[in-house]
Amino acid sequence: MGWTTVKSALPPGRYFLQGDEACAEGAIAAGCNFYAGYPITPAGEILLRMCHRFAELRERGEHRVFIQMEDEIGSIAACIGASWAGAKAMTATSGPGFSLMLENIGYAIGTETPVVIVDVQRAGPTTGQATRPAQGDVMQARFGAHGDYEIIVLSPWSVAEMYTETIRAFNLAERFRVPVILLADEAVGHLRESIDIPPEVKIYNRAKPKDREPPFGGAEVPPMPAFGEGHKLLVTGSTHDEWGYRRTVSPEAQATLVGRLVGKIARHRGEICAVEERFCEGELDVLVIAYGFTARSALAAVKMARAEGIAAGLLRLKTLWPFPAEAVRSLAGHSRRMLVAEMNQGQMLREVQRLVPQAQGHNRTDGEVIEPKELFDKIYKISII
Amino acid sequence: MNIKDLSDEILFTPGHTACAGCGAPPIVRNIMKIFGKDTIIYTPANCLLVFGGTYPYLAWKVPYFHEAFENTGACISGVARALRKQGKKTLVVGIAGDGGTYDIGIQALSGAAERNEDVIYICYDNEAYMNTGIQRSGSTPYGAATTTTPAGTKIPGKLDHKKDMAEIMRAHEVPYVATMSIAHQRDFLEKAKKARDVEGFRYLHIISPCPTGWRFDPSLTIEMSRKAVDSGMWTLFEAEYGEITNIYKPKKKIPVKEYLMGQGRFRHFTPEMVEELQRWVDHKWKRIYGEEP
Repeated sequence: MGWTTVKSALPPGRYFLQGDEACAEGAIAAGCNFYAGYPITPAGEILLRMCHRFAELRERGEHRVFIQMEDEIGSIAACIGASWAGAKAMTATSGPGFSLMLENIGYAIGTETPVVIVDVQRAGPTTGQATRPAQGDVMQARFGAHGDYEIIVLSPWSVAEMYTETIRAFNLAERFRVPVILLADEAVGHLRESIDIPPEVKIYNRAKPKDREPPFGGAEVPPMPAFGEGHKLLVTGSTHDEWGYRRTVSPEAQATLVGRLVGKIARHRGEICAVEERFCEGELDVLVIAYGFTARSALAAVKMARAEGIAAGLLRLKTLWPFPAEAVRSLAGHSRRMLVAEMNQGQMLREVQRLVPQAQGHNRTDGEVIEPKELFDKIYKISII
Repeated sequence: MNIKDLSDEILFTPGHTACAGCGAPPIVRNIMKIFGKDTIIYTPANCLLVFGGTYPYLAWKVPYFHEAFENTGACISGVARALRKQGKKTLVVGIAGDGGTYDIGIQALSGAAERNEDVIYICYDNEAYMNTGIQRSGSTPYGAATTTTPAGTKIPGKLDHKKDMAEIMRAHEVPYVATMSIAHQRDFLEKAKKARDVEGFRYLHIISPCPTGWRFDPSLTIEMSRKAVDSGMWTLFEAEYGEITNIYKPKKKIPVKEYLMGQGRFRHFTPEMVEELQRWVDHKWKRIYGEEP
């Protein structure tokens, strides 16, 4: 229970991996012992790596379960079931599968079930372009399930972060008893680059109840029992009280539950929100906000702008939701222009504009990544206005 | 049905990008000769969509609709109902692979069958998710190696047997269920014709050998189809309203081992595994033909 340091599953050292493979390795390092999935491009390599690596680890006597399910609804539902049996569960998919998972993601939120969902985004809507990158699921990840809730969504920008952010996704899921979405994209998922696997990994395991501790209330993040541990456990998607009894017409139970589901995330934004600032010291002509693969081009563009004498900086969002408003707000004070670059029609731009209405967007939705040069041109253009 | 009386018109054209030896193109080309021009084709995600439905290699000469993965049965229900309401008799055909039929699509398929929608549903069955990289499906036979059921030293391929999808559909007691093979062309065409002419829900299930996923010589696709039938791994029958009305019985039953040989996906088979698959085949044989194999 709580924080602990464990040895890496892979022998430490430098590896040359694909983003999807690094994600699987991160999950294994974080203690993921249940994977249920369904084949879909461009997340298929995660399924495959988990299948093969779990088989290897079982050979060494470890208990790790892999199931190829009949669809994505089955995949996420099996993960939720496994989580209530005490497992650390993950599934991975892409847009169409993510859409199918939404009801059960909402279910995991309502029942406070830790589970990690990887969405390797591809160009949509609908089938779209299965092998092309996009960042079009940002708002779906935040608001896709019905009802009011807060959720945690992370955005890796490299193969190394496909490893570390998957670990962080598990830690946050366990810490806050919430589904955590790793919102990767095809470009990062299929990227191959070197990655250093450290000897140890810091992981968080969910709190377990002592005698007569309610599993759905009392504490801000209640301890989570598992089936088979001797508790009288009721789990329901209906509104419930702290003991899990269905309370389907009680205004107090509804208000208390939703308030806690939202509050347990919102009040810990400082712990959850992670950003990286590059060249952000002093007064800025242009602050670029980017995340995922796009942030790589943004960093290159910022360096090009710097070489041209433009005071450009990069704010890279590692956490998308809850939105790192504090970081944006504090940099807004000394940035003359703000530019949000993303492979969608301006989903995160809209959120930034809630804080900084004059922020502008650079968007691309043709299934191609945003290139440094085009972004530099945009930085240059808005810096001289 | 005389093959030489078939229309010369090709409604699924050459020039698509299927792998050499793919079983699906001869299946759809032949079936379209029977169905004719007044047909709408629906497909979810599958190889057939990718190799026959992508510009500039679109092979279909009839209206073609690509829908989401899980709902072929529901999509064809909607279009058929709307057309019938307008008095149109256009044939509405859904073509899904085994993944889209056995696994993700079974709910919509079962609903359409139960409502006896006036549609034809075709499953072209290549026994794994070939389109996304040869992952196992509910149709993958026992022991077959796929990327998610690799043949290792401890787990030798898929542990579960193939689901009997045609029997599940027969249990819906729909007007017509037929299982088919392209190696048995006359039988194939007669069943397609019957499916075209019957009203209500019709289910056609066709074995579709896949040289890429099964790992066999692409010149042997028809032979693989034939051996599948002769060994009892695949059985050809027709059923009307749940009752079996016609069964094709191979003249000489070959041991399942003869079918497995030449397919890389079964290369790791031990004698015990061959025996297990033979046991499964014999059991099915007895159930279908009502006699000891």
